[in-house]
Amino acid sequence: MNKSLFFRLLAASATLLTLLFGLVWVFPVYWMLVTSLKSDTDTTLLPPKLLPSPIDFSAYTYILANSPILRWYANSVITSLVITALVLVLALLCAYALSQLEFPGKPWLYWIILAGFMIPFQASIVPLFMLMNKLGLVNSYAGIVLPQLASPIAVVIYKQFFDQVPRDLGDAARIDGATEFRVLFSVYLPMNWNITWALAIVTFIAAWNNFFWPFIVTNSIPMMTIPVGITQVQSAYGIAYAKTMATAVMAAFPTVVAYLLFQRRVTEGIMATAGLK
Amino acid sequence: MARATGKILSGEPRWRTQGLFRWLTALLMIVGFVLVYFFFLIYPSLRVLQLSFTNADIAGKGVFVGLANYARLLQDPNFWNALWNTLYFILLTVVPNTLLGFIMALLVLRLRRAQKLVLAAFFLPYVLPVSVVTNLWIWLLDQNFGIINYLSQSSIAWFQDPVFAMPAVAFVTIWWTVGFNILLFMAALQNVPRELYEAAQLDGATSTQVFRYITWPMVWPVTSLVLLLQLIAQFKIFDQVYLLTGGGPFDKTMVVLLLLYRSAFQQQQGGYSSTIGVVLLVVILLTSLVQARYSGLGRRTS
Repeated sequence: MNKSLFFRLLAASATLLTLLFGLVWVFPVYWMLVTSLKSDTDTTLLPPKLLPSPIDFSAYTYILANSPILRWYANSVITSLVITALVLVLALLCAYALSQLEFPGKPWLYWIILAGFMIPFQASIVPLFMLMNKLGLVNSYAGIVLPQLASPIAVVIYKQFFDQVPRDLGDAARIDGATEFRVLFSVYLPMNWNITWALAIVTFIAAWNNFFWPFIVTNSIPMMTIPVGITQVQSAYGIAYAKTMATAVMAAFPTVVAYLLFQRRVTEGIMATAGLK
Repeated sequence: MARATGKILSGEPRWRTQGLFRWLTALLMIVGFVLVYFFFLIYPSLRVLQLSFTNADIAGKGVFVGLANYARLLQDPNFWNALWNTLYFILLTVVPNTLLGFIMALLVLRLRRAQKLVLAAFFLPYVLPVSVVTNLWIWLLDQNFGIINYLSQSSIAWFQDPVFAMPAVAFVTIWWTVGFNILLFMAALQNVPRELYEAAQLDGATSTQVFRYITWPMVWPVTSLVLLLQLIAQFKIFDQVYLLTGGGPFDKTMVVLLLLYRSAFQQQQGGYSSTIGVVLLVVILLTSLVQARYSGLGRRTS
């Protein structure tokens, strides 16, 4: 009797500790939001106010009026959406061919694509930058987008999923005279909407958050994506944390919303890309 | 029905024998990906090797110099400092992040109603852009007005302090990425078949025994995956360091990729920076090969 009470107390305190730790972990995100809603004088008050009172939107209005943040937003929206769409389409087609069609050099190609998992593109930014320079793509959307399409993960994941579709389903359509493109888009793709959504969201978040490559390939302020651009704002304002946090909130908004809306898909996508499905 | 039709046709169906046409279809399907893949991943990875034997500038103009860059690299104290700092950063992040991920996964899995919410609290930082994370922590750890120095009654300039700078960057990295580890561990723990636990309970196993003989062996494959994935990711560390400390103070947080970046884009040394790139490439390829053996590119398909 006593023992079971002890264990129940232990379990309850473990639960409490977990909840508390979760709160501590997410507190910085809360602090980002709260700071962004304070006036500049309130941010540096000690002891700090845990709630913004009164709520002050001046940091937001100031940033929107005085920085190219909307331009960076547009750059990020455009490049991330284009990257997501192209990564999926290219992977879909290539994976279908690898999974369902026969062509010379197929095992080789698949081997090279698998090997690509191991190649860090960071190691070759110098030749990559030279290439972009030669193509005249520095400071352009194409320059930001193109290298981010060379990602083998979506191809490998799609191939795994296509391998599991029963062959009979495709064959039935083929006998009815469907072309391979038709079979892909009317049989294989509809059967794999879930993983397609998961891949789309994960690819979008990764493209939106990518810092390193856009940072290398853009050096003119109007061509920067938002994660690169906001580092400029910070150095321009010095200690003006309400403004820095307001830009941070705006920069993080799309990925946070995407995650909160599609939690399950994000989890699926992460598992698939980590090779755990 | 499909099966029946297939049987009637028997042998190789007609649509499979029209060789050339089918090859063309396949070619059309792979050409897009293959082009970007070779142009923007494979070609630069080979070119970096070639550049490392030249004294090229950042425009790519230069002549063959043999192993001169490699000889210089081995004697460059900046390189050894960067390599050492990178290993120190790996030490500060990889194991603590894995341990924390595992413990939190165990704790979060115990929860019932609040499970999704608490998981979201830990995972949320992972979806933030890196510059948001760094700006946020520059604020939280501000020397004079940051809430952490206020709560701890200290006045450390975390990112400018020669001793604390690297641990601070490591801590921010853990805060940012531990959600990923928790997610993987939770999946692994949930995959342990229930019957195993029930059988152990019937046999009267203690909870330490259950952990030692059931949970741990089932979770070890994911642990090795998590360790190696992080090892690879942290060897390429750049973003947080560049944004939080810029490599300072006194090069105490100068890491390999940051050295490469400086050498390439600030000192215009295309050849020498490519040599650093080759080191990065080789180390990561080797680590990945180990990972491929453990978590299995081969097993991926099964």
